Amino acid sequence: MRTAIVERPIDACSLLSEVASARNGATVLFVGTVRDINEGSEVSGLDYSAYGAMAEKELASIVAEACERWRTRDIVVEHRVGTLELGESSVVIAVAHPHRGEAYDASRYIIEELKQRLPIWKREHYVDGRAEWVANAR
Amino acid sequence: MTIRVLLFASYADALGPHVDVDVPAGARVRDVLARVRALATGKRIPDKPLVAVNQVYAADDQPVTATDEVAIIPPVAGG
Repeated sequence: MRTAIVERPIDACSLLSEVASARNGATVLFVGTVRDINEGSEVSGLDYSAYGAMAEKELASIVAEACERWRTRDIVVEHRVGTLELGESSVVIAVAHPHRGEAYDASRYIIEELKQRLPIWKREHYVDGRAEWVANAR
Repeated sequence: MTIRVLLFASYADALGPHVDVDVPAGARVRDVLARVRALATGKRIPDKPLVAVNQVYAADDQPVTATDEVAIIPPVAGG
């Protein structure tokens, strides 16, 4: 497993090749992307900020939990912080496992947990000039 | 003892990136929170926010010491 909070674009394909192998019959790649509309407001871009040291630890904990529960070590996750444009990737989760059910389940677990637990915040900038801190649904 | 409290996102907009508060020895997370909320603009922080001590989420009755890194965690938005 490997996890990182990064301040540069994420290369999803490199994460995919990092986990894929002949022992794994299934590889699931999740890519979270900056969306152009949020709750009816037209988004022009956004900033992610983090409590860096804690975010690193918490992300590693979440992925370690998934590795233990689904018995794999082939999981790599990167979460980006800083200023992102529309269509750029904010998070990429690559999970490889001998079987597809476990690969999907582990991937879903990681995205749902990190949305609740990672100390990362998002300020959306809107086309009309406003900017707001937004929170994930609980 | 003086506790440095780290703040982020909307809480940092209201109070700055950190504040120092004085609490008696033996104080708990909730005592630190009460001091922060008593500051000017401190009411921007809700009654029972998430708190981390030494980068791990903490209950409001957890004791704190002067060397602990205490942070108040606004509603998160990763992913």
